[in-house]
Amino acid sequence: MSSVGRTRQNYSGVALAAPVTVPYVRYSPKPAHWWIGRALAMLASSAKLKPADIDGMCVSSFTLFPDTAVGLTQHLGLSPRWLDHIPMGGASGVVALRRATRAVQAGDAEIVACVAGDANQVSSFRGMLTSFSRFSQDGAYPYGSGGPNGAFALITRAYMQAYGATREDFGQICVAQRRNAMMTPHALMKKPLSLAEYMDARPIADPVHLFDCVMPCAGAEAFLVMREDRAVELGLPFARVLAAIERHNAYPDDPIQIRGGWGVDRAELWDQAGVAPADVDLLQTYDDYPVISMMQIEDLGFCEKGEAAAFVRGHSLTYDGDFPHNVSGGQLSVGQAGAAGGYLGLVEAIRQLTGETLGARVANAKVAAVSGFGMINYDRGLCSAAALLSEGRRIG
Amino acid sequence: MLQRCGACQTIAYPPRDLCGCCWADSLSWVEIDAGGVFLAETTLHTSTNVYFRERMPWRIGVIKLDAGPTIIAHAHADAKEGARVCMLARTDKSGQGVFIALPERETPNMADDKALRELTCDPKHRRVLVTDVRHPTGQALARGLVRAGAGKVFLGVAEQWKPFVGRDELYALPNTEVAPLDLSDADSIADLTSSIGGKVDILINTAQHMRPGSAMTRRDAITARDEMEFNYFGPLRLLQSFGPAMRSRGADGANSAVAWVNVLSVFALANWPAYGLSAASQAAALSLSQCARGDFAGSGVKVVNIFHGPIDDEWHQPLPPPKVAPEALGAGIVGALQQGLEQSFIGDVAKDIETRWREDPALLERELTLARLMD
Repeated sequence: MSSVGRTRQNYSGVALAAPVTVPYVRYSPKPAHWWIGRALAMLASSAKLKPADIDGMCVSSFTLFPDTAVGLTQHLGLSPRWLDHIPMGGASGVVALRRATRAVQAGDAEIVACVAGDANQVSSFRGMLTSFSRFSQDGAYPYGSGGPNGAFALITRAYMQAYGATREDFGQICVAQRRNAMMTPHALMKKPLSLAEYMDARPIADPVHLFDCVMPCAGAEAFLVMREDRAVELGLPFARVLAAIERHNAYPDDPIQIRGGWGVDRAELWDQAGVAPADVDLLQTYDDYPVISMMQIEDLGFCEKGEAAAFVRGHSLTYDGDFPHNVSGGQLSVGQAGAAGGYLGLVEAIRQLTGETLGARVANAKVAAVSGFGMINYDRGLCSAAALLSEGRRIG
Repeated sequence: MLQRCGACQTIAYPPRDLCGCCWADSLSWVEIDAGGVFLAETTLHTSTNVYFRERMPWRIGVIKLDAGPTIIAHAHADAKEGARVCMLARTDKSGQGVFIALPERETPNMADDKALRELTCDPKHRRVLVTDVRHPTGQALARGLVRAGAGKVFLGVAEQWKPFVGRDELYALPNTEVAPLDLSDADSIADLTSSIGGKVDILINTAQHMRPGSAMTRRDAITARDEMEFNYFGPLRLLQSFGPAMRSRGADGANSAVAWVNVLSVFALANWPAYGLSAASQAAALSLSQCARGDFAGSGVKVVNIFHGPIDDEWHQPLPPPKVAPEALGAGIVGALQQGLEQSFIGDVAKDIETRWREDPALLERELTLARLMD
């Protein structure tokens, strides 16, 4: 499937800058437009830009309906010459980065604001679940869980059977992330979590228990994409893109999902970046459920397929460990602000590479891997994406 | 029933608009092999859905069908992970088509499974009103319901003082209670509703007024008016009195209201002039049942239409066989409830008419209306 034809053009000359997060709240009456607007305001203020300087915008949100990125331009007084709307959930961040990087390289836009934000009004999560996709309306929603817990429980169960992973192994990921989150100012879950507490949590959908699930919330994440020289001119710290991939609906013949699309393109990812898994200083996976983080660790090549359980047992996953993973605490501890969950890992990776950290800091981070996973359209997540980033210009 | 591509034969699920394999615009719904393998299960403990919240824990699974697709389905307690299963498609309480994975072979008390019972209208432990037990069909049905373990069978009888054949044997059945009911009398229906309206889980309207005669073989509209009175206005009054209470109890505990059953002549689908005016009133009753489907939509109460040909009773005495025996019709109704069907054709004539109606309704109409000339 991969690497036919021409070699993919590189991502050089482009800067990722101004990582911002609108602090999460569990419930808020404010609509998605407010969260996205706040994120743009934070971008403008941190880069000292006026709204008119932003000539490209890329938006991801589940709760903008009936609006799209188009409506937002009028709502927020923007007049961009490049506009995109990416409905890819957990893959939105990396995919936005890929699109925006190409726009800047091609000269279609000077400064692209990539933003994801979602509301969480008291009833909005349930409303989203009932209308998520046609396939899920017909084939998943009627079977009782009312959301993704049921389908991910089945995926988790199948993974455990195939590779012998245990709940304790998943717990390693969740417990380490909670430790990372203790320093993240906007993390919603900051009560220390022990492995025993993880194991004793109430069941949600066997084998998924409470601490395997993210908490839906409201919030937004954003960053800017521009040419490196422009970032230097603006005095902004930035990160570089070494390589990036995306793949949708990979392995459609697998009867149940035990791998994601990263495996299809990963050779090209590492080749283009010119680095190896051992060179990576931190890995930011999409952690809607810990089993998906395990699949990313394997399918991106940090260990062999089926060996992620042993891998997480054999490494320390905290920010100060030998394999820093989801160093702000990930969605499992910070919260899942809708599509912003697909940006959280990427925005944190930019922070770690530029030195603009809010909480935990990985010492001497020079290369970060970020991956995304999104859209359980029926029985499996369809979108997968990954990027390798490197330090560009650090703060100060 | 799943979609199959006419070009490449790939089976599609969930339903779609074009073949996901070759993009041909030739998907059609076909019966497929129901066998598959139960890949993985989960027991849900929480839900955002209020219906399921009350029914936790709830077991579901993912099944790889022999026919190709993977299906998320409700799981019968005897369907085991790793084992072969047989898929059954039914509508759920909301009216949504769903699948349940059943064990490949019959297991003891299989029908009592919690998940399966939510998808069927099994009379076991439920309270059933049969509206007319003067007729042999109502009697056979009442016996069948008692045998099937109904919690209570209310025996609807008009003009109680008038004796009828089989009365003593019927009244001696266990778990039955006589219910005075005259479908032509609104007061009678109202009285019965006020005494048992909140206790009926299944209502089966067996009352029918079938008389020979077409428009021009009769001289006036008196009999036709009676037919409309019993076959159309009777069920309408029943719906207006018993319907609302049943609709509000469609997901009420273990033995909720589950089914509204109309027993209809198959000639409701296409007129047979020999009983042409009765058939016209049956067509009205069929249309009423469709209206009732709308009223009950989403309530958890299924509207079940049972179609039959001429019954082997005194009003069809001159007709040659095949005729459906009251006993067979009663058993067919109980079976349809146990299986959770919303439509069932019982007897040879009804099945024959069903086949022809599905193939070509216009041709069926022509054949039935010209039948007299061909005698």
